Amino acid sequence: MKILECQNLTKTYGKIPALQDINLSIESGRIVGLLGPNGSGKTTLIKLANALLTPSQGKILVCNTLPGKQTHAMVSYLPERSAIPKWMTTTQILDFYEDFYTDFQRDTAEKMLKHLQIPSKQRLKQMSKGTQEKVQLIMVMSRLAKLYLLDEPIGGVDPATRDYILSTIIGNYNPEASVIISTHLIADVEKILDDVIFINQGHVVLQTTVDTIREEKEMSVDAYFREVFRC
Amino acid sequence: MKWIFSDAAPIYTQLIEQIKVGIVTNQFPLGERLPSVRELATEAGVNPNTMQRALSELERDGLVYSQRTAGRFVTEDKTMIEQTKHHLAERHIQSFLDAMENLGFQQEDVLALLQERSRKEGMQP
Repeated sequence: MKILECQNLTKTYGKIPALQDINLSIESGRIVGLLGPNGSGKTTLIKLANALLTPSQGKILVCNTLPGKQTHAMVSYLPERSAIPKWMTTTQILDFYEDFYTDFQRDTAEKMLKHLQIPSKQRLKQMSKGTQEKVQLIMVMSRLAKLYLLDEPIGGVDPATRDYILSTIIGNYNPEASVIISTHLIADVEKILDDVIFINQGHVVLQTTVDTIREEKEMSVDAYFREVFRC
Repeated sequence: MKWIFSDAAPIYTQLIEQIKVGIVTNQFPLGERLPSVRELATEAGVNPNTMQRALSELERDGLVYSQRTAGRFVTEDKTMIEQTKHHLAERHIQSFLDAMENLGFQQEDVLALLQERSRKEGMQP
């Protein structure tokens, strides 16, 4: 089943093009890296998939459905910036997610919070930036969604937590769902990816598998990215 | 088991190699059940589909086999494991010889160096 599909997708901000004529399709059961330099259009694409933006031309489909109310139930989204109210405690956030999403697995979330020793009575605003990011990612990964859209999920956390988060993504792997991870930390994520999409100046320049790059170029995706996008 | 990956080769071929080493060194013992794809993938920190691909190739080679409901097992064929061990050794020897050649040593120099080394080690208690 196609989890995400873009057909001639174009998005412009005023006169400035952010995405131009994007065609791509992501099947279920894939973990995909959305990779590109700053300002390449990664976040725009993720926001379009989440109905936070509307296409200027062409269309984007999530599980064969136009993004909207219906797809919100299928998409678990980790925004670039935190969207959870900061005055909430961890427990309140759990209640909030449980109320909002029928697919939320409270047990899973509680287990992860405990594992990372995040206090349940502390308010988000009393936590460090990294801990706040952990809490939010735990909430997002504890849903049984069809599509996980993770916009820079590991940028703000230490390497040990990064490993834990990545192994959580592997452990939660579901052949019916797909995960899209936008990140600059390619070396850290490439082992957990099936596919990579290189995006540059609003165009998809490459969509292939990690092992194809390694096989054909005899280098890691990280090294290849540095070569393709050399400044 | 410790999983280490280099940059230049595909991940699935590196997984195949490391699982073979695991079998040869008895970390995955003869005839025993292997952990599930998910467990192995989590442990190695790799994509589950990549781990699946590696295991399928090992299965094609006969080094592991599937039993429909019970999971995947290491072969019971001792000869095959012995052969695998030799193949792995061949590969190490080849890369060693390549490295020595790169340093400018001819085959006979290499042999002489190895003999000298083995004599020295022989003298140690």
